[in-house]
Amino acid sequence: MTTVLVFLDHAGASLAKSERELLSLGGTLGDVVVALAGDADQAYLDGVGSYGVEEVYRPDSGAVSDVLVAGKAAFLTEAVRVSGAGILLLGNSHEMKEIAARVGVRLESGVITDVVALDGDLTATKADFAGSYTVSCRVTTGVTILTVKPNTFEAVEAGLPSAPREVQIPVEIPPAVARITGRTDKPVSGRPELAEARVIVAGGRGVDGNFGPLEDLADALGGAVGASRAATDAGWIEHSAQIGQTGKTVSPQLYISAGISGAIQQKAGMQTSKVIVAINKDADSPVFEIADFGIIGDLFTVLPQATEEIRKRGL
Amino acid sequence: MDEAPAQGLRIAVLVKHVPDAQFDRHISGDDLTTVRSESILSELDEYALEAALQLVEAHGGAGAGHRVTAITMGPAGAVAAVKKSLQIGADDGVHLTDDALNGSDASATSKALAALLQRVGPFDLILTGMASTDGETSLVPAQLAERLALPQVTFAASLDLTPGDGGWTLAARRDNDTYAETIEAPLPALVSVTDQINEPRYPNFKGIMAAKKKQIQVLSLSDVGLQADDVGRAGSWTTVEAAAPRPPRSQGIVITDEGDAGIRLVDFLAGQKLL
Repeated sequence: MTTVLVFLDHAGASLAKSERELLSLGGTLGDVVVALAGDADQAYLDGVGSYGVEEVYRPDSGAVSDVLVAGKAAFLTEAVRVSGAGILLLGNSHEMKEIAARVGVRLESGVITDVVALDGDLTATKADFAGSYTVSCRVTTGVTILTVKPNTFEAVEAGLPSAPREVQIPVEIPPAVARITGRTDKPVSGRPELAEARVIVAGGRGVDGNFGPLEDLADALGGAVGASRAATDAGWIEHSAQIGQTGKTVSPQLYISAGISGAIQQKAGMQTSKVIVAINKDADSPVFEIADFGIIGDLFTVLPQATEEIRKRGL
Repeated sequence: MDEAPAQGLRIAVLVKHVPDAQFDRHISGDDLTTVRSESILSELDEYALEAALQLVEAHGGAGAGHRVTAITMGPAGAVAAVKKSLQIGADDGVHLTDDALNGSDASATSKALAALLQRVGPFDLILTGMASTDGETSLVPAQLAERLALPQVTFAASLDLTPGDGGWTLAARRDNDTYAETIEAPLPALVSVTDQINEPRYPNFKGIMAAKKKQIQVLSLSDVGLQADDVGRAGSWTTVEAAAPRPPRSQGIVITDEGDAGIRLVDFLAGQKLL
């Protein structure tokens, strides 16, 4: 049976949803082993073990995380060699794609990013041109390296927690590297991450600096808050909230677009959402062409009314 | 490049000619590659070029012996990206073109670019955009750093250089979702920059006239020491089996707010089982 190596770098207190998705997908493809770059406590390792993972590979030095990408790529390359894995699965963040890219060169193996579906013969499906094309592709050389989009594969229920065996991997960090010299944590919002959120409420130019009504609706729906480039460029909200061609690409169950005209830049980041709702004062906004439910109106009256109605219904 | 003094910075900016995202973009049915009509200099590459020009200006300007080289690979028309870069302010250009490059995936592209940079270099700094706006895989800069054994600083939101006895050191800032980090690396290095790093300038009349006198070196695969089957489909480690346009989203219901649109929105969400 094929060995599937899943790379986990989150190392939070418990497995993130996207990590459970990766482990579940791995389980459908072969015997899952895990490479873990960061520190992890016992509860996290037990969580990994509950997916039937018997071996967890760890770097023999914490230094892999002090350098940008190259350290983790060196570690993961060795973990693939030691485990004899035929398939390597990673998350879909920029850093994960870059780690995959470098491991690919080191192992002379093909890399496919943004995978949203996978056939039994490892033909992968991804969206190209920001969701306007569906492309199926395969790795033809070496280990099949895939970065997998969150929210696309099901996270199955794991079995009973069990402690996997830890295997230390000796890592040689390349001599010429970029070092991380400082790190500042950003304030935590308490809302889900954009890439993982089931519901996203996003605002643009029409928000005019006031994201309050969007945040209230997002909280009523348990969703995340996103923005168009116009809103992040104006400094109304963190740049990391940007959805679109130069920001994040998201595909939640529900995307509520408020005060965003829906130019192609923005459409690129959200048009694969399952249901799209748009609120805009301008009836000619292109966003209405792709909306399942459009409201021509003022977001400052429509959103609070919707939030109040959701609360009233006790939902 | 021989005339540049030893202390001058040699900066390569990788630029790409991509289909304009303002128009519909297509994948050809015959060979599953991008149709390059309505193409422009990738918007994201303009930030890399601007970063290069600002570094030169911050360290003595035109008289200091620095040189910014715009580099591209692709069919004959791709040279337009280099020409635009020369108008904006790059000093010279290089264009790798060969029919065998068609159909290259990220690994084959990075192999060709690595060979090209070794042939026309050495460079102190290789700058790229955060992604191409067409392939969007973001793999190439990381693979290039790996192949050239260079420090990789990707998604830089700021970039500064400091000269020292042992050579130049770069400092950069990266913004992640939950944290920001500061990065240091010695040159030579590869850096990709985000659209947050600067405001790219436009070419002015003087720049457009000056560009006409600037040199563009055109090279083929054999010039950079590669053979046809090192790149293209034969040299790629992945293959595209099919590509189909997604069915366009059909327009749904559009209502005009008559005072109850918020409630009707909640009704709609309830009907879709989204609450």
